[in-house]
Amino acid sequence: MEQSKKLELKRIANNVRLGIIEGVYNAACGHPGGSLSIADIMTYLYFEEMNIDPKNYKDPNRDRFVLSKGHTAPALYSVLAERGYFPKEDLKTLRKTNSRLQGHPDMKGIEGVDMTTGSLGLGFSAACGMALSAKVSSDSYRVYTVIGDGESEEGQVWEAAMFAAHYKLDNLVAVVDFNGLQIDGPVTEVMNPTPHDEKFRAFGWNVIKIDAHDFDQIEKAFAEAREVKGKPTCIIAHSVKGKGVSYMENSCEWHGQAPKEDLYKVAVEDLKKIGESLK
Amino acid sequence: MADKKATRESYGAALCELGEKYDFLVLDADLAAATKTGMFKKKFPHRFFDCGIAEGNMMSVAAGIAATGKCVFASSFAMFAAGRAFEQVRNSIGYPHLNVKIGATHAGITVGEDGATHQCNEDIALMRTIPGMTVICPADATEAYEAVKAAIEVDGPVYLRFGRYAVPNFNAENPDYKFELGKAVKLKSGKDVTIIATGYMVHLALEAQKMLAEEGIDAGVLNIHTIKPIDKEAVIAAAKESGAIVTAEEHNIIGGLGGAVCEAVCEECPVPVVRVGVEDKFGRSGQVPELLELYGLTAKNICEKAKIAISKKK
Repeated sequence: MEQSKKLELKRIANNVRLGIIEGVYNAACGHPGGSLSIADIMTYLYFEEMNIDPKNYKDPNRDRFVLSKGHTAPALYSVLAERGYFPKEDLKTLRKTNSRLQGHPDMKGIEGVDMTTGSLGLGFSAACGMALSAKVSSDSYRVYTVIGDGESEEGQVWEAAMFAAHYKLDNLVAVVDFNGLQIDGPVTEVMNPTPHDEKFRAFGWNVIKIDAHDFDQIEKAFAEAREVKGKPTCIIAHSVKGKGVSYMENSCEWHGQAPKEDLYKVAVEDLKKIGESLK
Repeated sequence: MADKKATRESYGAALCELGEKYDFLVLDADLAAATKTGMFKKKFPHRFFDCGIAEGNMMSVAAGIAATGKCVFASSFAMFAAGRAFEQVRNSIGYPHLNVKIGATHAGITVGEDGATHQCNEDIALMRTIPGMTVICPADATEAYEAVKAAIEVDGPVYLRFGRYAVPNFNAENPDYKFELGKAVKLKSGKDVTIIATGYMVHLALEAQKMLAEEGIDAGVLNIHTIKPIDKEAVIAAAKESGAIVTAEEHNIIGGLGGAVCEAVCEECPVPVVRVGVEDKFGRSGQVPELLELYGLTAKNICEKAKIAISKKK
């Protein structure tokens, strides 16, 4: 990837992270940790990979995205705002009673949200349904989903994995956000879902392992997925939970709570510093 | 006596016939031979997808298909469609109000020998509580066919309840039969009591009406095929006309048709309502006629309960 493009994507991803913090802080609740860990992947999907148009967000031929780990809605909303689906100012209404920005993604009320999710495991299956639908009518759109590593403890994830391989859904890419942490602790201690690579391979998937914060690797992985025929691709993206905010990084504590004013300021400072370094 | 045919048979036939005219897909979870979606599979192999024994995944897959603008039927036994996959139906299909039709067969006690694990007497209650879900429980094969057709015309989720066991196809004998979604079918007026029945129990309600007539009791019969949205107007009119109601359903007396009728009358026109159904018990293995007797799903029991309802009139 060209340096200028990479720098631009990093800047956007940093803005997405600022939007996540803005949303969660104003809501005084929500899930910052797992939102920050997927910010680079989300940025790449919405700014490089997917065939989408914010002005024509209901286009039947658009690529679809399903945030199966729906609790990280702040990342989805922030990237949608950054991409121009709705004003960034709206992020401050996250989780508020009269806002359309629900705590978990709601396809009926929010521009650019392709599937309602939140209950873990369900979004992955819905993404499979979309990919199958495209195959049935020979549509060329592709379907992307992001699932959590903790989420992969849900049995339905493996039902979906079986389904996608069985129907050879090579128009489907599932990213596993492998940040290693869930609410109760490290995933390997709570209920070890690893090794994801061997499991997905055994289920009949093409598997790619990457660093979730390295745009070169992200680009390469999605490009490879396009070339693989006859099977779906799983990208296991090793990420840092809370990425970009010093005190949130690699901490379970920030899975599901918002920073109060003092720590909000630290988070914004951290991210602004990163922003400065990208100029 | 009308010919007997299971409503699930009619479901399969309806999918096949309507598949010519309407563009929809069909999913099943390894029960195509039993749910009768296998008939559709044979005719439209490229529009049928087996999801294997994974009902939760199937419901969310159906939601994903519907989210891309296609209509889709998802079938399994009622126990697994409404029970096992309840949360997927609620969150993937119900909450975003997607165009998924759930064809649930083998509902109720008439599953017979398979016993309690497969006899779902709770599905109406479960599906009824999902906002925006239409719930249809056809009384015979004729009505089942019309119900499938009506479901396709609905833009949103529909739960269709079918039975394994053959039931008299009495509506076939009525040249004026017309299915209107959300409208009760008034089979008879009665000034002493009205039997409000759904699904398998409707033909037994007609039998009970005749038995009561022999005793000089004038009973009305109302067939509620659409349990949600319930035809409140017809239920209240029946309450006003006869002053007493008996409900009859092949379902737990809690939360099903009996519950829905009580909700309707208690707010508008409180009259005694006595419920016939599975009395908050699990089913068991056995031959269907014996089970129906054992659980009180009989014309005789409807008659007895009708007399109790009448005795409670003020």
